This record gives sequence, structure tokens and C-alpha cells, in this order.
Amino acid sequence: MTCRECDEFLSDYLAGELPAEVVTTFETHLSRCRNCVTYMEQYRETILAGQRACEAGAADAPPEMPEELIRAILAARKTIQ
Amino acid sequence: MALDTPVEESETDLLSRLRTGEEAAFEDLVRRYSPRLLAVARRIVGTEEDARDVIQDAFLSAFRNLSRFHGDAKLSTWLHRIVVNGALMKLRTRRRKPEESIEPLLPAFLSDGHYAEKFSSWNERADLSLSRSETREMVRRRIDELPDSFRTVLLLRDIEGMDTEETARLLDTTPNAVKIRLHRARQALRTLLAPHFSRGEL
Repeated sequence: MTCRECDEFLSDYLAGELPAEVVTTFETHLSRCRNCVTYMEQYRETILAGQRACEAGAADAPPEMPEELIRAILAARKTIQ
Repeated sequence: MALDTPVEESETDLLSRLRTGEEAAFEDLVRRYSPRLLAVARRIVGTEEDARDVIQDAFLSAFRNLSRFHGDAKLSTWLHRIVVNGALMKLRTRRRKPEESIEPLLPAFLSDGHYAEKFSSWNERADLSLSRSETREMVRRRIDELPDSFRTVLLLRDIEGMDTEETARLLDTTPNAVKIRLHRARQALRTLLAPHFSRGEL
């Protein structure tokens, strides 16, 4: 298996969706290729970074709902009765 | 004492108040769920103005269809779906210019199949730095830079927690196309994050 092939299997491998026989070849390649291991680590960290950056309740950017928007929604509701 | 520490009303209780048409229940619903939903809409449509439109339409649609909500999903999940759907529709109507190619952000390979680049591990504190709001803001900006059709898949799958099939349905494409786009989107985001996480000054 080449790095290019390994790269294409990455997502399925991390999701546990790679067929067992491919997992063996994939892991054999990883055991010999430091560059692919590093790439996979960064790929995984990228997913986590996205999740951490967007998770609800993160201390930053407390999602704020403008009061006038709340008012507008409640006012519009009365027109759909 | 109980008055000092408001306990969040259960969804079931809120729902039954909504069903009786209690005025205050609608306001409670909006106040309780809209901040999170606005954040979801902002991420997908990218602009504050469009996000607000999406939220307003979503709640009105929810009010109209409340009688059809049978409680087989959670109320919050149901609202979330309405918002995601509305945001994607907004994005579709707004998209005018052809999307930029994601190609330059994907890893390059040599003719023998090796990566063209030699990767060196990210700063060990990359994970730690995500506890800082500046880093999280930076990551959100990099996600915003992804081409729409890849950014939406990444948001739906990795951030909003939808599965491949549902994402495919919402985007009117095939599960296989979703898988490919998700992989490309993550690869591209990795490329965009690398300069930030490789430097020592997190």
C-alpha cells in the first residue's frame, strides 16, 4: 500500500469502517511509515479542533440572541394563528 | 430556594404548554433554543443577516407545524433539523459565483505514491491551546474559508453530528459523495491549520 492509498482509507479507518483485511495492510503500512502516522495524527487533531472550536458552551462567543429578533419572531407568530 | 435556582423545564412540559397555545410557552421556547440555533445557522450561512432570517423562518415553520411534531424525536433535535435545512436552502439560493477549487488545499503526492511533503508533528500544546478562545476563533475562521460544498459536509458530519445518510439527504447527494467530500474537507482544514499548530507560539 502506498501513502496515497493509505490517505484515501484514512477516514474509513478512523470511523472503524474499513474491512478487516484492508485494516491489516493499512496498519502494516503505518508501522513502516512515520510520515503517514504524523499525517493521521494531524488529521485526527483537525477533526477534534473543529469540534472544540464549535462546541456549544465554549467559554468564548456566548451565542447571543438579539432581543429584537426574539420580539420579531413572537410578533410574527401572532400573524400565523 | 427553588426560585433562586431555576431548573430547566423538561421538554415534555414545555411541549404540552405549547400545545395548549400558552403565550409564554412560545417565548420560553425561543429564548431557550434560539442562541444555540443561531450559532448553527451562522456557521452554515456565514453572515449574521442571513442567519437571523434562517432563525426567524425556522421558528415560524416550527410554530406552524407543531401539531405534526409527535415527540418521537427530541424537540431540540427537531428544531435543529429545521434550522439546518433552512440554512442549507438559504445557502443554495445565495450561491452565485462558482466555487473555488479545493485542490490546492489537498496533500500532494509524488509519482511513487509518497506524500510530497514531510510532515512534522504539531506542537504538543495544540490540544491545550484549544482551551483558549483565540485559538477556537482562529479554527472557526479557517472552517469558514473552506469552499461551501465541503464546509457544509464538514459542519453537518463533524460538528452537527449528523450521519452520512442524513447528510446526503439534506444535501441532495449520495452517501458516497458525502464521504469523499468529508475527507477532502478535513484534509483541506488540516492544511489550513498546519501553519498555526506547527509554530511554537500558540
